[in-house]
Amino acid sequence: MADASVNGTLLDVRGLRTHFELRRFGFFKVGTVRAVDGISFQLGQGEAVAVVGESGCGKSTLVKTLLGIHPPTEGEIRFNGRDISKFDAATLKWYRSQIGYVQQDPYGALPPFMQAQRILEEPMIVNGVRDRAERMERINTALTEVKLTPVGDILQKFPHMLSGGQQQRLVIARAMILNPKLILADEPVSMLDASVRVEILQILRKLQETHGIGVIYITHDLSTVRYFSERIFVMYGGKLIEHAGVRDLVHHPSHPYTQALLEAISDPDPVNATHMKKVPAGEPPSLVNPPPGCRYHPRCPHHMPGICDVEDPPHFLPRPDHWTACFLYRDGAEAPPP
Amino acid sequence: MNVGDADRLLEVRDLRLYYRTTKGVLQAVDRVDLDLPRDRSIVVVGESGCGKSSLSKALLRLLPRNVAAYDGVVQLGDDDVMKLSDERYRKEVRWVRMGFVPQAAMNTLNPVIRIGEQIYEALILHRRARTKAEADDKAREGFKMVGLPTDFLDRYSFELSGGMRQRAAIAMALVMEPDLVILDEPTSALDVLTQANVMNLLKRVKAEIKTSFILITHDIATSSEIADDAAVMYAGEMVEWSDAGRFYLEPLHPYSQMLMASVPTLHEDRELSFIPGQPPSLINPPTGCRFKDRCPARFAKCDEPPPMFDTADGRKVRCWLHG
Repeated sequence: MADASVNGTLLDVRGLRTHFELRRFGFFKVGTVRAVDGISFQLGQGEAVAVVGESGCGKSTLVKTLLGIHPPTEGEIRFNGRDISKFDAATLKWYRSQIGYVQQDPYGALPPFMQAQRILEEPMIVNGVRDRAERMERINTALTEVKLTPVGDILQKFPHMLSGGQQQRLVIARAMILNPKLILADEPVSMLDASVRVEILQILRKLQETHGIGVIYITHDLSTVRYFSERIFVMYGGKLIEHAGVRDLVHHPSHPYTQALLEAISDPDPVNATHMKKVPAGEPPSLVNPPPGCRYHPRCPHHMPGICDVEDPPHFLPRPDHWTACFLYRDGAEAPPP
Repeated sequence: MNVGDADRLLEVRDLRLYYRTTKGVLQAVDRVDLDLPRDRSIVVVGESGCGKSSLSKALLRLLPRNVAAYDGVVQLGDDDVMKLSDERYRKEVRWVRMGFVPQAAMNTLNPVIRIGEQIYEALILHRRARTKAEADDKAREGFKMVGLPTDFLDRYSFELSGGMRQRAAIAMALVMEPDLVILDEPTSALDVLTQANVMNLLKRVKAEIKTSFILITHDIATSSEIADDAAVMYAGEMVEWSDAGRFYLEPLHPYSQMLMASVPTLHEDRELSFIPGQPPSLINPPTGCRFKDRCPARFAKCDEPPPMFDTADGRKVRCWLHG
């Protein structure tokens, strides 16, 4: 996070909690889903980070809270130094023009009755780009940048006339059209074929580099992360549990959950067929009644009774620029063998 | 692959499944050959729209109404099951000898019937059990095999997590003791850890009971977990056939090579590439090799349709480079 201060911080998230109330009976609350439960991180200008986690770990809620869709229950999100929870409607509109959103399912994210041109034009009309020629020029640039060419062919097409990869490129073009400072990409390639995935990630990466846009890439697929960002956060049960550079994380995972995750991912290799994977038993925790202490302790092979199930682990630094929320490192101990 | 007659379980020749659409006839499965010995598993990989799900439908004769052509030879054991009437096929082959775990199996369980009841129904209808008590015994065994608590038989599908539902769907296919189970994208909707769990389960089941698998998937990395053989489909055709050992390390067809180069790897550093262009339309597929427009190694010969060549080391590939 040292380089973030050099470029200036774009996004500063502190102690963020987003809880959802389950149904109520009169004054009686049934429970709360703690989807995001105490998350802090900083993102520098033009920096790309990835957040990795399984479904139900709260990563999509994190995105929606950052977008200002869900109001945070606690904590603050500062964008360029300004607290977004204090924004009025007009500032919120400005804020949303500063962040692009790339959804998971491109077909669901594009209005089926609009042609590509209108899909790209509308955000500009809403945000006051009045000059028609300028709008067309920006559409042209955006489509060329996401390699949807020839542009003339694409403009009149409806989403269903485009392939999955082309749809996702259109979604990216739409997210880019207002020249945002930050793009939130929520599983942008999980619905696409392997052969297109790489291309989409390369396009996103190139946009991030050429325009200096900050990108938060949310995914469950660790193997695509290394082709995209330098830093990676691992999320489990509504919390960030490990943070490191991508290479450092892949070669020296510290948290037992990260180790399990890395172990579970297969590379295409015939050797895989000869042995079983080591997979931790159990299921991800319920976010309504998360286990006390470390949320991974019921599944953890290194679980230390009396420590892990009592208090929340703080962040320990097993390696430089690499923190992990795990008591195994409480006195600078070595990482356990994976 | 030359297979002794005794080991031969499934032999598919010239299987075709064409659909009628408003724009013309769509050649989803075009003269596909497939061999599967007993107690072996084959993975069929390909991009979406290459006809791999249609292949599973053609094998199981789960056909939509707009079929334009459906023929070929599907030799299962000693019988050509394509010659059976629909009624006999339903009674004797589908679910009984050929099990099926459909795509997103978790959503195919009936939400208003307890999981156990759904399994009993299949067992009794297909005469694998005479009474409900007998069916219950078998269902319990099946649940134990896939590592689910047996009292989950009394639950509804929405009370289970995604991975458990997938296990239940696999158990449902296995209790019928089929010779062959077709799994269509069994792990694509699951989380990484759950995926690894289901693959572990399939490996164990394969070792314990002698069942053959056909695994249809687009996830090449995960497919390597249970593959004995691998086949690649492109634009409705089978373009490569190989044993897994060589396939994952050095695929032959240019398409397979490019597909393999596009798979992100975690543990090894590798430059990734992607396949430019798009698969051809299956309504009027290009003449000659169907991959030629995207192929870096294209030459004059590619305008003629390549046959399936047998290579010197016992693999098969539909590419003139190996002719």
